[in-house]
Amino acid sequence: MGILIGRDTKLITIGFTGKQGTFHSLQSRDYGTNFVGGVTPGKGGTVHEGFPVFNTVREAMNKTDANAAMIFVPPPFAADSILECIAEEMPLIVCITEGIPIADMIRVRPILQKSKSRLIGPNCPGLITPGESKIGIMPGHIHMPGKVGVVSRSGTLTYEAVYQLTQREIGQSSCVGIGGDPLAGTDFIDVLKLFEADPQTEAVVMIGEIGGSAETDAARWIQKNMTKPVVSFIAGATAPKGKRMGHAGAIISGGEDTAEAKFAVLEKCGITIARSPAEIGQKMEEVLKARSKH
Amino acid sequence: MNIHEFQAKELMRKFGITTLNGGVTTTVNGAVEVAKKLGGKVWVVKAQIHAGGRGKAGGVKLAKSLDEVLEHAKNILGKTLITHQTGPEGKEVKTLLIEEGCGIEHEYYVGLVMDRSKGKITFMASAEGGVEIEKVAAATPEKIIKVSIDPAVGYSPYVGRKLAFGIGLKGDLVKKAEKFFENLYKLYIACDCTIAEINPLVTTTDGNVLALDAKLNFDDNALFKHPEIEAYRDSNEESKLEMEAHEFGLSYIALDGNIGCLVNGAGLAMATMDIIKLHGGTPANFLDVGGGATKEAVEKAFSIILTDPKVKAILVNIFGGIMKCDVIADGIIAAAKSLGVKVPLVVRLEGTNVALGKKMLKDSGYEIIAANDLGDAAKKVVEAAKSKI
Repeated sequence: MGILIGRDTKLITIGFTGKQGTFHSLQSRDYGTNFVGGVTPGKGGTVHEGFPVFNTVREAMNKTDANAAMIFVPPPFAADSILECIAEEMPLIVCITEGIPIADMIRVRPILQKSKSRLIGPNCPGLITPGESKIGIMPGHIHMPGKVGVVSRSGTLTYEAVYQLTQREIGQSSCVGIGGDPLAGTDFIDVLKLFEADPQTEAVVMIGEIGGSAETDAARWIQKNMTKPVVSFIAGATAPKGKRMGHAGAIISGGEDTAEAKFAVLEKCGITIARSPAEIGQKMEEVLKARSKH
Repeated sequence: MNIHEFQAKELMRKFGITTLNGGVTTTVNGAVEVAKKLGGKVWVVKAQIHAGGRGKAGGVKLAKSLDEVLEHAKNILGKTLITHQTGPEGKEVKTLLIEEGCGIEHEYYVGLVMDRSKGKITFMASAEGGVEIEKVAAATPEKIIKVSIDPAVGYSPYVGRKLAFGIGLKGDLVKKAEKFFENLYKLYIACDCTIAEINPLVTTTDGNVLALDAKLNFDDNALFKHPEIEAYRDSNEESKLEMEAHEFGLSYIALDGNIGCLVNGAGLAMATMDIIKLHGGTPANFLDVGGGATKEAVEKAFSIILTDPKVKAILVNIFGGIMKCDVIADGIIAAAKSLGVKVPLVVRLEGTNVALGKKMLKDSGYEIIAANDLGDAAKKVVEAAKSKI
């Protein structure tokens, strides 16, 4: 159960034979993900760490029945890998690569929108359905299966939130890192829709950042459409204007994109706010307790 | 990445965008020489710094004689300009652009940015130019015309016509503006810009459309394709520490508080700064060591944080995923050994190899304040910084 990935997920890695690709593919396998092979052009037909390597995504899909791909290709070539996966109708594409030019993603976006694929990322930690399947670079052991969905633009801050939940024995249905770039394949609303429809998920943690309007758009959507409670934290209240805070998307450029403005909109839309990043777990505990009383 | 106005205009001329004739200098005498060479009776002396709002801060002056050029150059060169974009410390003017004057008929605004919600590059134009466009957008959004470009189709002349008619141009000026917009779009795409802003775009008394000012911003992720733009980088305009950090794969931004931060991941780094503030402290910096930092990078991160004399305490907050806690511990110990960390050091480790990392720190013999969780870490570091003042 959970969303997007589970026991029937069959994973291949694009850029499998590289250092990062190898390490995280094996980590995912060790977590229990059904990892079936990889793609590295030119190395097709070889075996790497006991798994078959293919030259093309098509070949890998034909031979392994893979239904998910994790991309570990360097930034100049990552958009091409995404396009190849889309062309072969790979159902789920998870792009971990950080540093893809914005222009590349502007080109990918309309093709993705008309396609049968879903893209998570780029510049993301990936996603996990605890106890079932992990696609990405997050430490698996901090998660525990349960009923809270987590969606976030950040990597390590998501681990922090998950850790706080697990410490309180609040398990997670799925945790999805949508990435820190200005253009993401999947946004908050896409993931919230899936959590709303998922019978296992009872509440959601949404972790945002300064920059853009993804969080405020999501807040307005939640107010109109979501029956499950949402707890939210926005990082960057202390960030100065005009400075890119690590993530390409985390830059205040004016208007509603400061942490303060986002908190205000979220609160107005009935979302429970954690002003401190150390309070995310506690706020969720309170929300779940209040809910069980009804 | 940011570049100067004179560099932006040089680039724009290559794309057929009309600007005024001008020349650059770093000396007062040079300013007069440039003005003489340009000829005419009116010149504009413009400070070249990477920030808007220069006019209001006294960095742009009209000169009606060569004596006035000399006088303005003397006043502006070496001056520290403080504008709404420089921060309170301001920026010292080291370069001047001297431009010929022109008869301005009307000032407009045109900008190209990516609309994140649409995922499309979008033109914004307004007949209200020469002022802060954010204010126009807030007070009278109907005065801004927006046209988004479909990435599959690219620019088509109707886009330029819609903008030109929309801001009220007539006759020949429409055609000239249309060409201007087309060329600006070409430049934006060819150079991987993230912002191309002309404020003001002017129509002149002799019937021309030209860029009086220019601001171009480039996608850092695409700079590998553009060595010619990388060459425009002005090290005077960039923080030395930020550039040093960059070479080690660290993302560092100096702030004005007294608690140094060393964190892995951009989101967690921002959250760490936020929680310091919530506990009554102020962060001295943003520092993300990234996912794959080595012992050397961690050591470098410490040396950068310690360069700031304001730092009274340091908080290390690591949630190991790819980043292993023992690597961080190794780097902390190496830094303590080589740099002699003389301010209180609060360390919070969690995640991959956490037990090993904690043991290494404990066994190192250095005075390190261990924190159990994020809240505890913030509390301890704020207290430590206060006790040092």
